[in-house]
Amino acid sequence: MNQLIIILFSAILVNNVVLNQFLGICPFLGVSKKLDSAFGMSVAVTFVLLISTIVTWPIYTFILEPSGFGYMQTVVFILVIAALVQLVEIILKRYLPALHKSLGVYLPLITTNCAVLGVTIQNIDKGYSFLQSLVYALGIGLGFLLAMVLFSGVRQRIESADIPRFFKGMPSVLIAASLVSLSFMGFSGVVEGIFG
Amino acid sequence: MGHLKELTKGFIKENPVLVLLLGTCPTLAVSTMAQNGLGMGVAATLVLLGSNIVISLLKKVIPDKVRIPCYIVIIAGFVTIVQFIVKAYAPSIDSALGIYLPLIVVNCIILGRAEMFASKRSVLDSALDGLGMGIGFTIALLLIGSIREILGAGTWFGLRIIPESVSPIAMIGLPPGGFLIFGVAVALANWASKGKILQRKSAGCAGCPSNGTCAGDCEGKGENA
Repeated sequence: MNQLIIILFSAILVNNVVLNQFLGICPFLGVSKKLDSAFGMSVAVTFVLLISTIVTWPIYTFILEPSGFGYMQTVVFILVIAALVQLVEIILKRYLPALHKSLGVYLPLITTNCAVLGVTIQNIDKGYSFLQSLVYALGIGLGFLLAMVLFSGVRQRIESADIPRFFKGMPSVLIAASLVSLSFMGFSGVVEGIFG
Repeated sequence: MGHLKELTKGFIKENPVLVLLLGTCPTLAVSTMAQNGLGMGVAATLVLLGSNIVISLLKKVIPDKVRIPCYIVIIAGFVTIVQFIVKAYAPSIDSALGIYLPLIVVNCIILGRAEMFASKRSVLDSALDGLGMGIGFTIALLLIGSIREILGAGTWFGLRIIPESVSPIAMIGLPPGGFLIFGVAVALANWASKGKILQRKSAGCAGCPSNGTCAGDCEGKGENA
């Protein structure tokens, strides 16, 4: 139990998916302008992370690994994720139209989000059990949510700030991300210290 | 002459990282050292060259509706080949790049070039475009990697540049330094191109492979929702 808590909080705070591992930078920079779109995107990412972990972990452990096709991991995972995202979109559209309306626009973008493929591969590389993988995926999703929501607040401030001409737009956003990332470095060691 | 332009445009004028702002994830993650940047750049160039050639050859065969999954499969195939090559001949690079090597599959530069260029143009042009974009990616990674290694560790390709008595700025080698140096590099590219990048508001929506699926403007769509 303790180990699961450490995995969860490490993934949220210490190894934050965006600010520390640089996965999912595109949506982080692209969709963090407004708070509600940042929130919607993060919820959609967390959702896809969880279901792709549920599907890819058994596929690797019970099919690819025993039959010696471990090297097909990249090809199989990306195909499974792409198919899964499509499937989820169709199901949501049919049965939960309200949810589809709020999350649907983000779903196609998630297929090529490196956070999803990255986390499914990390689960295998780190040798996590099924339960640990799920907790890790949840932690990564929540960490993504935290980073997106915090950063959308920071971004609204710099929109109106008077910055040097050549730093306007992306450069200023990247430098602001650097400062947010710096503040997250303060968490290193904290989680093991509390729960370890 | 016309063909040569397809090759050289990726170097500086349409540099995928500094001007088009594509492939930001690997740029930030592996640019801690010049050597890693170079390794990543070469690996991505090989994938880009291969996938551009194959996609251009198959452009009449692949049905329009399922083109994105087809491209992803082709790219993933080349990534697996490159993974094998790197594991066999450069195991140190393989362990340094870690998870970012398989993640070349979802690198926007590669899908973006497939969608925007290789699916429409001749094989020769696509090959040159892939090679040029790959070299541009490598240049940007090498540049950012060199700055970060020199400032963050005082070395360049493992050679000591700054004497050990001067303590390096460790933060530059850590994640925050990645964002900082990348931001400054984009600002410099901006200054060098006299503000051309200023007109681009979003982080590479135009080159985003999902651009077609999300019907144009992913950023605008996200905001309206």
